[in-house]
Amino acid sequence: MFDIVAFIPRAVVQGIPLLFGCVGETITEKSGNLNLGTPGIMYVGGICGVIGAFLYEQKAGAHMIGFLAIAIPILCCLIGSLLMGLIYCFLTVTLRANQNVTGLAMTTFGVGIGNFFGGSLIKLSGADVPSIALSKTHAFISATLPFAKKLGWFGKIFLSYGFLAYAAIAMAIIAAIMLKKTRAGLNLRAIGESPATADAAGISVIRYKYIVTCMGAMIAGLGGLYYVMDFASGVWSNDAFGDRGWLAIALVIFTIWRPNIAIFASILFGGLCILHMFIPTGTNLAVKELYKGIPYLVTIIVLIITSLRNKRENQPPGSLGLSYFREDR
Amino acid sequence: MYNTIKTPLVHITRRKDIVWYRAWLIRILAIVLALILCGIITTFVVHINPIEVYKTMISGNFGTTRKIWFMGQDLATLLIISLALAPAFRMRFWNLGGDGQALMGCFGAAACMILFSGSVPNWLMLIMMFAAALFCGMLWAVIPAFFKAKWNTNETLFTLMMNYLATQIIAFFVVVWENPKGSSKIGIINQRSRIGWLPEIGGNKYILIIIVAIVLAVVMFIYMRYSKHGYEIAVVGESEPTARYVGIKVKKVILRTLLLSGAICGLAGFLMVSSTNHTLTTTLVGGRGFTGVMVAWLAKFNPFFMILTSFLLVFLNRGASEISTMFGFNDSFGAILTGIILFFIIGCEFFLNYEMHFRKRAKKEVE
Repeated sequence: MFDIVAFIPRAVVQGIPLLFGCVGETITEKSGNLNLGTPGIMYVGGICGVIGAFLYEQKAGAHMIGFLAIAIPILCCLIGSLLMGLIYCFLTVTLRANQNVTGLAMTTFGVGIGNFFGGSLIKLSGADVPSIALSKTHAFISATLPFAKKLGWFGKIFLSYGFLAYAAIAMAIIAAIMLKKTRAGLNLRAIGESPATADAAGISVIRYKYIVTCMGAMIAGLGGLYYVMDFASGVWSNDAFGDRGWLAIALVIFTIWRPNIAIFASILFGGLCILHMFIPTGTNLAVKELYKGIPYLVTIIVLIITSLRNKRENQPPGSLGLSYFREDR
Repeated sequence: MYNTIKTPLVHITRRKDIVWYRAWLIRILAIVLALILCGIITTFVVHINPIEVYKTMISGNFGTTRKIWFMGQDLATLLIISLALAPAFRMRFWNLGGDGQALMGCFGAAACMILFSGSVPNWLMLIMMFAAALFCGMLWAVIPAFFKAKWNTNETLFTLMMNYLATQIIAFFVVVWENPKGSSKIGIINQRSRIGWLPEIGGNKYILIIIVAIVLAVVMFIYMRYSKHGYEIAVVGESEPTARYVGIKVKKVILRTLLLSGAICGLAGFLMVSSTNHTLTTTLVGGRGFTGVMVAWLAKFNPFFMILTSFLLVFLNRGASEISTMFGFNDSFGAILTGIILFFIIGCEFFLNYEMHFRKRAKKEVE
């Protein structure tokens, strides 16, 4: 029997890292920067949070203060992903390098950083399993409302998540409103569509690109942090984050560059990712491997459908992937 | 006040052209700087002096004959996959699916070995494996190419997702064909009978793939530089409207180029299964499809420069893994160093394409 009350919360927690990544990437792409480094940034965000939490847990011992236990990992995560965002901006905006290649290099670098420091911390902590468990920090970050458990299925579906999950949804809504309703959002969209026009209108293209791409990187980085600290119960093991970063980038196209749609789309994708655990396969382990391919297959189908429908308002930002050089106008 | 003109500190203009030796000087400088930074970081991490770091890196690549052959094989595999990707990139088709295409090539070859062992003679088996590997590689490349040509579907993500599909399909068959039972992996296939194993030239199984890589580099250079196909690829890459205007069938060029790309990736897969590894795992290609993107791009799609760039990346990776094994951390250290060196090379392109004029000099010109 398909257990929907058990399924939805698990789909949501799978989807939240994707949502962070997707919202970050959406606003980045709106500024005309196609950041293929997002998977790497999410790794860096995750590991920086882990490092922060690890150091704090070591230092504080038994007397951990809730506020610090939450603030330190988040701050570390934000700083780490900000640095990654700055590297990307410097290369693509200031030095006008090719965005695809820069992004791929960032992913190589970021995944390397994640696994390297992850591996070193595992060695430091002297655990006999290849992972670091930060259960205390996990307890603080994933704390739910005290009365959530009493509310039955309602509490389970809507209130059983840590605050970062709600932050992700709030961020998606804020990003959607910002893009659609505010002057800054309008400027940003103008830059994405045609940087030369925006420049002529007196909008500082370079400043916007820097700020938005770095913000996007920081949001995406939080996705990595959420994954380790909340979803994976504070356990970091190398390569565990997998290819969620790429799925997040694919989601951007799926959601036709709209963060509000991303909320549902990412939960849907989260559901697809765990579908293989809910489809009864009996003892046939091989078929399970095929089911794990479903999210990728669906992504491909979605890519095809969006390209088939080919509506004017569903197009990517006009200058996506191109560097802007004022004297080329 | 209002008639003072504010000159910016740096004024940047696009370079018309650059003398070749200056271009190389800039590139080499970037690589040297990157290597120095890598050395400093390594020193900082493992607390040995920088010269020791470089020594370890060199000995990791050239320390023993075995290591040299290993590096040669690694280099050849990466080079073949990069060569496969180069024409597609030249066309501005971002094929990130090199991993998947090569994996499917491995799959095609391994499937023949597992399914038909004992029922066909060895020479026929090799031909079948070759054909199956190329077919699978081409199939995996032509699906995204078809949608790109027909409906302009985003090929970057399409090819990327095809990688994961390939991985899952192989994971499925690894479970189905596991040998011995319960090990959840496919061991060395046909270890005794050696059916479907390519002959070793001079008792060394690494020579063949190296020869293939070199031949392929030469052929690819001629193909891209002197053939009509190569010219069409270049035109489509520069501007699609122009290509259409001069009567090049853009869709046909896209499909043809990707078939070629997939076929060469399939060939890489065939060689990996039949000549060097003799097994099938989901990580057999090991991200070379991604590294290949950077190898091809950094070399500006010139096959001979690609030998240099792939050597640089393989050297770094193997050197870093030597350091990692010596000091007991995981292999990801190589990825960090690779990332740093890539950042430098990517960044140095700016100085090749643009010229910087500082304020002081500009003022003199005005006066």
